Amino acid sequence: MLTIATGNKAVAAAVREIKPDVVAAYPITPQTEIVEQIAEYVTSGELDSRYIPVESEHSAMAACIGASVTGARSFTATSSHGLFYMHEMVNWAAGGRLPIVMANVNRALGPGWNVWAEHTDSLQERDTGWLQVYVSTVQEAYDATLMAFRIAEHHDVLLPVMINLDGFTLSHIMQSLETVDPGDFVPPINLPHAIDTASPRGYGTLTGPNDYFRFRWDMERSMRDSVAVIRETEDEFARRFGRRYGFTENYRCEDADVVVVSMGTLGKEAEVAVDQLRREGMKAGAMRLRWLRPFPDLDLSDRDVVVIDRDYSFGFGGVLAQSLKAKCGVDPFSVIAGLGGQEVTYDDIASFVRDRRIGEEHWFGVSD
Amino acid sequence: MYEIRIHSRGGQGGVTAARLLALAAFRDGKHATACPFYGAERRGAPVVSFVRIDDHPIRVYSQIRSPDLVVVLDSSVMETVDVLQGLKEDGTVLINATHGTDVGGYRTYSIDLTGIALRENLVVAGSPILNTPVLGALAKMGIVSVESVTSAISEMFSDERNVKAARAAFQELVI
Repeated sequence: MLTIATGNKAVAAAVREIKPDVVAAYPITPQTEIVEQIAEYVTSGELDSRYIPVESEHSAMAACIGASVTGARSFTATSSHGLFYMHEMVNWAAGGRLPIVMANVNRALGPGWNVWAEHTDSLQERDTGWLQVYVSTVQEAYDATLMAFRIAEHHDVLLPVMINLDGFTLSHIMQSLETVDPGDFVPPINLPHAIDTASPRGYGTLTGPNDYFRFRWDMERSMRDSVAVIRETEDEFARRFGRRYGFTENYRCEDADVVVVSMGTLGKEAEVAVDQLRREGMKAGAMRLRWLRPFPDLDLSDRDVVVIDRDYSFGFGGVLAQSLKAKCGVDPFSVIAGLGGQEVTYDDIASFVRDRRIGEEHWFGVSD
Repeated sequence: MYEIRIHSRGGQGGVTAARLLALAAFRDGKHATACPFYGAERRGAPVVSFVRIDDHPIRVYSQIRSPDLVVVLDSSVMETVDVLQGLKEDGTVLINATHGTDVGGYRTYSIDLTGIALRENLVVAGSPILNTPVLGALAKMGIVSVESVTSAISEMFSDERNVKAARAAFQELVI
């Protein structure tokens, strides 16, 4: 069905199609609309899930973990400070190999108190063992949520998946949305290590260095295996529903002399900047990184790279810029922009490209 | 791309008006996005929302700098906000007012949306609701079709008075 919806409502609609057994969540701006809408679906009977209105985000993730350990499909959503409050449990979900799906509406970190878009919140969780995908449209928020369950629950993965959407810029914008009947696209969940009273086992017991080390290596092996599962899932999604996604979305990159790399809605705005630069005769392209974990192999050789980070690691640099340096061997022009919802237009992005200073870092609006 | 900026006060329905307008444009077969600018808004504070309408998918997320049309749901915001900022030279203004107002030499349309809302008893928490009547005025201006306005309002509101108010505004606005 073709309709119009906000990013938040799109995530809720996808959750309705996938029918998790348990949704445990605590509202926080700008995520609130997701959990309100899901609660409404449950109340109206449109969604047959157990909705647990918990007293904190730590409890939200703990409830999802408890449900997931029994083999139940579980979902939650949060934002920034809520994500940090559940940080301990975020690690526990991944270490427990529980295929929980969470939507994180990217929001800045206080203080100063700020409810607008920034990626530092989810990037601070990048080493927890969760898969992370960043979306840029209402449709993509919906599609990625559908796919997240299939990827997380795949037996080659069994790791949780975090869908990230920009606070307000995407969570509250209205765009067209085509909802689908997923049919058997997401098969029933079958957790091989679910609690079974007929076969008692220890969960989260004290684990010595040797076994602990093997568990960690096993997580990394699954993270690497998830690359193929993501590809296969996105291919199957394209076959069934006609929309194709990948680890990156590349726009006019083939012959580009300079490529703008970014995540989320800035990646779409960058496409408009690229069109403008092309009209001026500059061979520019835009690459929007969708999957941050697992981090894909990117070919950015023999061209200039401009990276826009809507995040920062103090004393180190933009997380995306540093990741590209480490993984792709490029020396980018690193632009720090859009923190706390700072307005960044396509004109601004075009000027980053025109005035690029390879190897340097530039804080948009505050440094020269 | 046709870009619209809506000025109102928190609680008057400016954000919903933007969503309704995008939905109506979408029902017309266009691409549309509606995005409110969320500040530290509270009831009564000036708020802004944006609508973009185009024949192609819209990839711009940043705020509208030079709108084609400015809609003012509460003319008192003009005392503190420069509603004409960035308005294109050939741009248009639609104002909720009881009498014709000339604004900075721009093509300006005036309509008493508050009067229509009060007449239809569209009042929530003491404030007349302007978001559905304004859609009728926008249809009269040719921004969206009146059929799509009716269907968009019916999709979002079950109360028939909303459609009636939009129809009344459509009839009242003098083009």
